[in-house]
Amino acid sequence: MTENTRKKRMLDTRMVPAPSHGIIPERDLNSTPVLEARHLGIEFGGLKAVDDFNLIIGKTEIAGLIGPNGAGKTTVFNLLTKVYQPTMGTIMINGRDTAGMNTVQANKLGIARTFQNIRLFDNMTVEDNVRIGLHNQVKYGMFSGIFRLPAYWKQEKQQHEQALELLSLFDMQDMASSRAGSLPYGAQRRLEIVRALATKPCLLLLDEPAAGMNPHETEELMRNIIKIRDRFQIAIMLIEHDMNLVMGICEGICVLNYGRIIAKGTADEIQANPTVIEAYLGKKKEG
Amino acid sequence: MKLKKSTINNIISYGIVIVTFIICQMMISSGSMTRSLKGQMVPICVYIVMAVSLNLVVGISGELSLGHAGFMSVGAFSGIIGAAWLRSVLGVENEILRLVLSMIIGGAFAAIFGVLIGIPVLRLRGDYLAIVTLAFGEIIRNVLNCLYFSLDGNHLRISFNNPNIPGTILVNGPNGAKDVDKIATFPVGFVLILFTLFMVLNLINSRSGRAIMATRDNRIAAEAMGINVTKYKMMAFVTAAALAGMAGALYGLNFSTVAASKFKFDTSILVLVFVVLGGIGNIWGSIIAAALLTVLPELLRAFADYRMLVYAIVLILVMLATNNPFIRSLFDRLIHRRKPATQRGGASE
Repeated sequence: MTENTRKKRMLDTRMVPAPSHGIIPERDLNSTPVLEARHLGIEFGGLKAVDDFNLIIGKTEIAGLIGPNGAGKTTVFNLLTKVYQPTMGTIMINGRDTAGMNTVQANKLGIARTFQNIRLFDNMTVEDNVRIGLHNQVKYGMFSGIFRLPAYWKQEKQQHEQALELLSLFDMQDMASSRAGSLPYGAQRRLEIVRALATKPCLLLLDEPAAGMNPHETEELMRNIIKIRDRFQIAIMLIEHDMNLVMGICEGICVLNYGRIIAKGTADEIQANPTVIEAYLGKKKEG
Repeated sequence: MKLKKSTINNIISYGIVIVTFIICQMMISSGSMTRSLKGQMVPICVYIVMAVSLNLVVGISGELSLGHAGFMSVGAFSGIIGAAWLRSVLGVENEILRLVLSMIIGGAFAAIFGVLIGIPVLRLRGDYLAIVTLAFGEIIRNVLNCLYFSLDGNHLRISFNNPNIPGTILVNGPNGAKDVDKIATFPVGFVLILFTLFMVLNLINSRSGRAIMATRDNRIAAEAMGINVTKYKMMAFVTAAALAGMAGALYGLNFSTVAASKFKFDTSILVLVFVVLGGIGNIWGSIIAAALLTVLPELLRAFADYRMLVYAIVLILVMLATNNPFIRSLFDRLIHRRKPATQRGGASE
């Protein structure tokens, strides 16, 4: 990073989300943030689904994005992964502007995600699902694939080992040859995370990873999220309605309501914030 | 372990095709095959290749294409012209070499058309894509109806809507190609089937094939995983077009006259019927369906006027049978050992 951009960024951190507000921990101040969204917004025919969204996520940070239903949380994810093109603002990934990029290019820059409604490749095996995640790390073309050149055998074997290693993160290597669509719900959610990890992201976006899980499974998921962060040294941002999970593992939390950020901070700060309580529970009646 | 399994399954697949070929050859040489059936051998090979290649688009890449006969006609006419050109200009007299080279020419031209048509068509999704491929298939046929090709010395002459061109006429507009060298043979057709199987099965079990199947299963997730959807849809589309072109060249060189009207919309639908009946995404199903349904009208001659009625009833019965849970479970148990392979090929559920 050049001196100039560092200065600029320091300026922005003071201007936009001040470090004291938690969302960017002190330890990350000296490196480029993984994600930097500035004045991000999108309009759908005059309706501002997301407006003036500012967020910085440092390396190896676990950030939470919460808010009532319809607040625009998933829209933010879709903006970050370029499913939607923002109508306002900029998104920087590892200091690189993503303006004009599409989903594929954003993924190559290091953003991987899971989906709120599971989107696995149902008719393919579990291992093949992970191999799709590894797709861009394997470099043999259609020709060597069809004519089975040495590159094919070497890289297929490598890919097979990598896939099993990733699956072993969640103890799923025994399921490698079963059809992804036939897995139980919890395993499908875990497979989505493995598949996203396989793309070697620097920022992993999890959209309601604990949806439909029981408290025991949620606890295991919390441990796993921290394990992933520590092992791969990546930043994780998650949308979740389970407050135990969010308050338990997120180092910084960002609260969204009607497309706008209404609060940012640590778990304790958010819990004590009157605006947040109002957004979730409504205003206290006067008198 | 896994890799080995899929390779073994592929070897079994090729083995079955080879054994079938040897049986057919023995029947031909021993004279136990009827004359009409013998005449059907090359068309059967052609339709098998057509069905397998269309299955690559419909079953593996998940896009409904209704213009597959268009690529077949491009392959047929470029193959016919190529064969004549090879003979009189380059002086290639060996028939098998000429046939193979013409098939490559046919495949190459069909692939070029595949790219040209794929660029606009693959921007569309679902029904729109089907409609536009249908239209392109018809456009190709109608344009071919107005094209005249002749060989004037060493020059290939092309004219549009003007039959008065010098030299020996090769393709005569709506009347099609006349006095074609009938150089297509059953063994070459069989090799083309093997080549097609080799291409398609190996493609499916490679990095590119997995990407193609991923775009079929879930386009949004595939994009989020960094897969360039258009590139892989294009790859499947163009490969299928090239194979259809090669099949078309074989088909064209099997008859003494070939007109563009042979490659109507009906032909596209016929091939689609093979694919659907054999099971979308199931390569083996396509081969069996194409072979049986090409022979069936021939075998049903005894029913005379009721031929097409019986044909339709057979189609309905096959569909009912393949959807019957009891028969399906029976089949599953029968081919239990081969099950992982069919899954990798994206077997229809």
